[in-house]
Amino acid sequence: MTDAHFAVAASAVPAAAAAPATGARPKMVARNLDFYYDGFHALKGVDFDIAERRVTALIGPSGCGKSTLLRVFNRIYSIYPKLEAKGEVLLDGENILDPRFPLNLLRSKVGMVFQKPVPFPMSIYDNIAYGIRHYEKLSKSEMDARVEQALMQGALWGEVKDKLKQSALGLSGGQQQRLCIARAIALRPEVILLDEPTSALDPIATGKIEQLISELKSQFTIAIVTHNMQQAARCSDYTAFMYLGELVEFGETETLFTKPTKTQTEDYITGRFG
Amino acid sequence: MNVTHQTHDHIVKSYDDELKRLTGELQRMGQLALAQLEAAVDAVMARDSHAASKVVHDDATIDALEHEVSHDVVRLLALRQPMARDLREILAALRIATDIERIGDYAANVAKRSIVLNQSAPVQLVAALPRLARLAQSLVEDVLDAYRNYDTNKALDAWARDEELDEQYTGLFRELLTYMMEDPRNITPCTHLLFMAKNLERIGDHATNIAENVYFLVHGAQITQARRKGDTTSILPLDDPR
Repeated sequence: MTDAHFAVAASAVPAAAAAPATGARPKMVARNLDFYYDGFHALKGVDFDIAERRVTALIGPSGCGKSTLLRVFNRIYSIYPKLEAKGEVLLDGENILDPRFPLNLLRSKVGMVFQKPVPFPMSIYDNIAYGIRHYEKLSKSEMDARVEQALMQGALWGEVKDKLKQSALGLSGGQQQRLCIARAIALRPEVILLDEPTSALDPIATGKIEQLISELKSQFTIAIVTHNMQQAARCSDYTAFMYLGELVEFGETETLFTKPTKTQTEDYITGRFG
Repeated sequence: MNVTHQTHDHIVKSYDDELKRLTGELQRMGQLALAQLEAAVDAVMARDSHAASKVVHDDATIDALEHEVSHDVVRLLALRQPMARDLREILAALRIATDIERIGDYAANVAKRSIVLNQSAPVQLVAALPRLARLAQSLVEDVLDAYRNYDTNKALDAWARDEELDEQYTGLFRELLTYMMEDPRNITPCTHLLFMAKNLERIGDHATNIAENVYFLVHGAQITQARRKGDTTSILPLDDPR
């Protein structure tokens, strides 16, 4: 897919064309969001809702801004210089882009899991306990219970309960990714952001993560960036298609994959040039 | 309302080739079914049992093409995981193939009955069949054309015109009943004619199915308006065929 092909069509799409309407209560809301990487305009006036206790998928070609958008939701960009977000991102009505919004609080409420599983070089148990210790003082038995609960929720408990003291680096890729999800869950976040969580995994491990996502959505609000359109179709309730920093189309997943309203969306999901 | 059909190619060219092959098979099936219908009615009018037998025999070609379409559809669904319009294109092809296959069956049925009809004296009312057949044929031609060109206006037009075919069939039904009541010796040939006419009327119904699938393919929605039905034979009082 060449950028030149899309460039012509993309300019025809007004920024406000993708007024989100998810039906469910919005947990996180981006309004007129712009993002710049050292002057490069990566997100252009994005309006986007993440519905509470639903799975929202972000799809689009490489460089379209979907990962950038996801990363704005927990301000992870703020560790790098020369990155700037303008506009509003509201979490339950509070603007998280406001520097007065405590970063620690934000990160505990909005967890993130990346493409490549990155377990800490420590035991399975400590991988889960590490983050909790930053926020809470728990007794040994309380911590044991929290670790077990997180690993249960991460659908990993059965596989690791007898080797909690072993290094997490000895786990398979799929297990490591579920450990990372369990680690995020352990902090009892409200929102979980998943950035291509299965792109490095085989189909069986991918299936387990997808099953986990469907189980977690009754308790958590989930946003997932994926290059796998079938995955977005299988896992999500709502899907957003992004191109060149703009939100082109946003709606119910079933509609977007069967009867998209924008030609660009149709071209992308059917594997055509735009 | 017509929408412009997507003309962009897939990034994977072989996907386009497979979709083209599928729609090509459908067009071939359609042309064969039309030829069969014409040959069947010609055989009836010429009282040519040999030609009628050929029509019955050739129906297998359409059946074989339908199997090819089914096979290709399963393959496309499994290997390409089609989305959006591609998915509708493939689903519509599967459904339309079934309708064309049935149209072929009805043409063969007309031919089959004509062989029996040829064993008795000529019946005058046979002359009404070609008119019915021509209308059925033009509906099928129009919906196949609409399918080829993604022309929903043409599809809707044919969809509405099926009522005309229904009305003609009802008219013929009444005439045949009268004929049978006049002379019981007419009952056997007229019953065959009645079935033949019903076959032609059913072809119109399958043409409307195809029209509905063309509409679904283009718009991703079903036709919402109600279609008027001209075939009232199922509710006609038996004691007064006029």
